Amino acid sequence: MEKRKLPVLPVAAPPEGSRPHAPLGEGCFLGEEELPKAPALKEALATIKNWFRAQSLWVMAYGTGCGAIELRPLTTARFDMERFGMAMRPTPRQSNVLIVSGYLATKSLKRVIRAYEQMPSPKWIVGLGSCTINGGMYWDSYNTINRLDLYLPVDVYIAGCMPRPEALIEGFKYLMERVKKGEANGWHHYLENLDWYKANQKKLITDWNLPDYNW
Amino acid sequence: MPLLPKILWSLVGVLGALAYGLAIGGIIRKVMARIQGRIGPPVWQPYLDLGKNLSLRTATHHGVMSFIAPIFRAGGGIGLYLLIPVVVGVPALENFSFSGDLLMAMYFMFFGSLGMALGAAEAGHPHSPIGISRGLSQMTAYELPFALAVVALVAQTGSFSIHEIVAAQQGGWLHWNLIQNPLAAVAAFLAFLGMNMYAPFNIVGAPQEIPVGPPTEFNSQFLSLLMVGRATFAVAKMVLYMDLFLGGATSLPEAFVKTFLIYFWSVFVGAVFPRFRTEQAIRFFLGWPTVAGVAGVLLVMLNR
Repeated sequence: MEKRKLPVLPVAAPPEGSRPHAPLGEGCFLGEEELPKAPALKEALATIKNWFRAQSLWVMAYGTGCGAIELRPLTTARFDMERFGMAMRPTPRQSNVLIVSGYLATKSLKRVIRAYEQMPSPKWIVGLGSCTINGGMYWDSYNTINRLDLYLPVDVYIAGCMPRPEALIEGFKYLMERVKKGEANGWHHYLENLDWYKANQKKLITDWNLPDYNW
Repeated sequence: MPLLPKILWSLVGVLGALAYGLAIGGIIRKVMARIQGRIGPPVWQPYLDLGKNLSLRTATHHGVMSFIAPIFRAGGGIGLYLLIPVVVGVPALENFSFSGDLLMAMYFMFFGSLGMALGAAEAGHPHSPIGISRGLSQMTAYELPFALAVVALVAQTGSFSIHEIVAAQQGGWLHWNLIQNPLAAVAAFLAFLGMNMYAPFNIVGAPQEIPVGPPTEFNSQFLSLLMVGRATFAVAKMVLYMDLFLGGATSLPEAFVKTFLIYFWSVFVGAVFPRFRTEQAIRFFLGWPTVAGVAGVLLVMLNR
């Protein structure tokens, strides 16, 4: 039997008046970041610290998009993320993980940057859902971003629209592994390439009224 | 006992109290999780949280007072613990108990919270002063029945020394103040619910409402210092209640059992009751607990 040919759909051009996105290019955090070499004793201490950090991830309780609806079941009896030592913290000062849950409007991006920069290092970002990877179903929207890692360093992506809570737990366990091994160093990449990130952020946020780095 | 060994033993005692306080925190989280049908975190989770908070970097600066606040908080807990004899008759575990220590202990209960109030106000987050105002008003309310209970016990024993109050209760459980002056015990144990800030009196931190209340702006090492303060303060309160109402302890295992039971009185109440608003909490404490406290004092007066 002859294989039926699928019709090739025309790719829609971005709608008139849509915001220009920052160009893809060098400088993105692709998950690999080496910390500067430290003396042997400090390295050993860092191993112990990473062991502690991995087992007590506090999540910033802030939902940007519809993905936040999949976060809530994690605190319930069925999924219970507290058994991994994870807890929701309502303040960026006490959180270690920022979850960008789904689409990120340019308006929220400003708040997310502010929250991220107020978190104490080391800190990690989990991009939840397709929207943080390539825009997902909002890829041609006039007010959402398409690629999160142009603006903030993402340590773990969880693909899907929407990913189920089981997938989130898998993602968090992967993040814990990486933290334990000392591989999740997006926060360091952010500090090292602050100019690049700031330039990208300012391209999108036209009413920029934040301090350049707000601890 | 000479001073130097006493200081060393007290240090060991503080570390032991910290370890015990953190472990109790872990057990509480496990119990709560089980009640809610969850698996819950491992019992040693508070140790991991403490280690994690110590291994974070911080670069925030809110002013001197907000730096000192966690030290005040931890100092309040450790200071209270150091004043109270844990096991009477064992000099190493009697800490720095002296003749007026009960008055001093009541002051130390306020000390940490007042320091925290100053520091949290300087941190500048609007949720902190809200939490502080709720905490201090609730504290003023439960302090009344607690103070009345203490007055009753002091009048009964004729001494402000915790040591002598414990000594007066020796000779069997019928001599405990829990049996000797049940009205004062009722007042004090109802006040204990407010002190521990579990439901129904957890409006101060009020999770899901004003994020975490007073410590909103405190992170990393400051937060770990607050955790240390909270753990030692909890142990110190339990030991104080054991000394005042359950006849103290003559051995460490006895102290563990009694303090555990005292603490879990508030945990089990907290597991089944919803939250009071601040004015409801104040009305509660100024109602029956205060009546019980006044009746406890009258009972002592009439018996003399």
